[in-house]
Amino acid sequence: MASYSTNEFRSGLKVLLDGDPCIMLENEFVKPGKGQAFNRVRLRNLMTNRVWDRTFKSGESLEAADVIDQDMEYLYTDGEFWHFMLTDGSFEQYPADAKAVGDTVKWLKEQDVYTVTLYNGAPLTVTPPNFVELEVVDTDPGMKGDTAQGGSKPATLSTGAVVNVPLFITIGEVLKVDTRSGDYVSRVKGN
Amino acid sequence: MTEDSVWRPSASPAALKSRAQQLAFVRGFFAEREVMEVETPVLAQHGVTDVNLDGVAADVSAAERKGGWLQTSPEYHMKRLLAAGSGSIYQISKVFRNGERGRRHNPEFSMLEWYRVGCDDAALMVEVADLVCDWLGCARPAQVSYRDAMLTWAEVDPFEFSDQDLRQRCEQWLEPAQIAELDRDGCLDLLMSFAVEPNLGQHTPEFVVGYPASQAALARVSVVDGHPVAHRFELYINGLELCNGYWELIDASEQRRRFEADNQLRQQSGKPGMALDEAFLSAVEAGLPDCAGVALGLDRLLMLKLGARDIAEVLAFPFERA
Repeated sequence: MASYSTNEFRSGLKVLLDGDPCIMLENEFVKPGKGQAFNRVRLRNLMTNRVWDRTFKSGESLEAADVIDQDMEYLYTDGEFWHFMLTDGSFEQYPADAKAVGDTVKWLKEQDVYTVTLYNGAPLTVTPPNFVELEVVDTDPGMKGDTAQGGSKPATLSTGAVVNVPLFITIGEVLKVDTRSGDYVSRVKGN
Repeated sequence: MTEDSVWRPSASPAALKSRAQQLAFVRGFFAEREVMEVETPVLAQHGVTDVNLDGVAADVSAAERKGGWLQTSPEYHMKRLLAAGSGSIYQISKVFRNGERGRRHNPEFSMLEWYRVGCDDAALMVEVADLVCDWLGCARPAQVSYRDAMLTWAEVDPFEFSDQDLRQRCEQWLEPAQIAELDRDGCLDLLMSFAVEPNLGQHTPEFVVGYPASQAALARVSVVDGHPVAHRFELYINGLELCNGYWELIDASEQRRRFEADNQLRQQSGKPGMALDEAFLSAVEAGLPDCAGVALGLDRLLMLKLGARDIAEVLAFPFERA
């Protein structure tokens, strides 16, 4: 397996640290003019999501982690696994467990495309696109005249996600939602 | 950075203009003081022996010589001019340090280096303060000893602590296996970088003086309070290391001994030894005048002038775009 030396460190690099795959978030090079150089690195452990700060002496190296991001279509769940398929025409399928799917479960819609991160060939995490379009399956009735401003109310989407929406939203409408914040963005026209 | 924008400078038009003004200011400063501007080779046959400075090797074939190095500083050539009777001189040059890239580092950067004949470190510090304070409009620097800075911010005594105690203090940043590979100066550098530097020059610019003799590089050493300390100074502003100055060593045999000790350190850390620059050593032997010299990072000076957080903000093209 390849390894990366401190002068190759950069954010986004995937490395093994204490046996776990990690992604480099920040890399700061420090060096007193005549002295020893160090790299102060912030990493997120991809197994636990914990953020680590570590320091390396210039010239030290870290093993590369076999971690790749792949676009995959969500197919179905059998209750134990969520099944995804590569969109590259290979039809290759990957079962992701609940730990890999995590909070993304509330944004999973069949036939939509997600980023599946594979570690040693198995799904490690599933990341939704920044925006998804989902149908409202339950919400209080809309209030007349409330088209521009005013309060909000909870709405349950087809995937089970609950988001706060403007009062005029009704059951059956399709909404655009920001998955990073879980915020309502807009109604989707033309349905 | 997208493919589309890679050709563009990373510095703003205002930063580029300020860079031009800074160069004019520096030249005006030395013209007024009648210090002569010189130019010495950026590409030369020898690199430096310093264990922590990696030059960029060049692949030159000319004048029946092969190889070469881009210079990490114009020091040796400028000292050859001093030995040849140039009098006080300054130079603005590009220098190169392999592997150095970060918020405050680019492998190629602009250095202002000058030598004052007949001056010691204290006298040169006054001139550094004149230049920096005139340009930045900042307060005159205070002065702190390396020992006091370490005691205050890292809670270690660089002269009295045992190697064991110093290593223990490094455990906040490094794993035991990493610490085992650090020598005493390596531990001190770690503490300097992480515990001390961020606090230096925060209220007012600060000179750090009285470095341990092991970090003397090309400075003279005297005994102060029973400890051998280097006549070396650095200036810090807002936690940024701006310059490094010496009351210059003029003893040729001591100079050779330090180069050889450097090469031993290089060997221990698995780096190739560097051939000694005999032309430089001959110049020191022929007689370097009593002088003090200092190297100041012009890109960092501009960062301070503009309040930039990243050196890329003051460089037309940092290495990724160069």
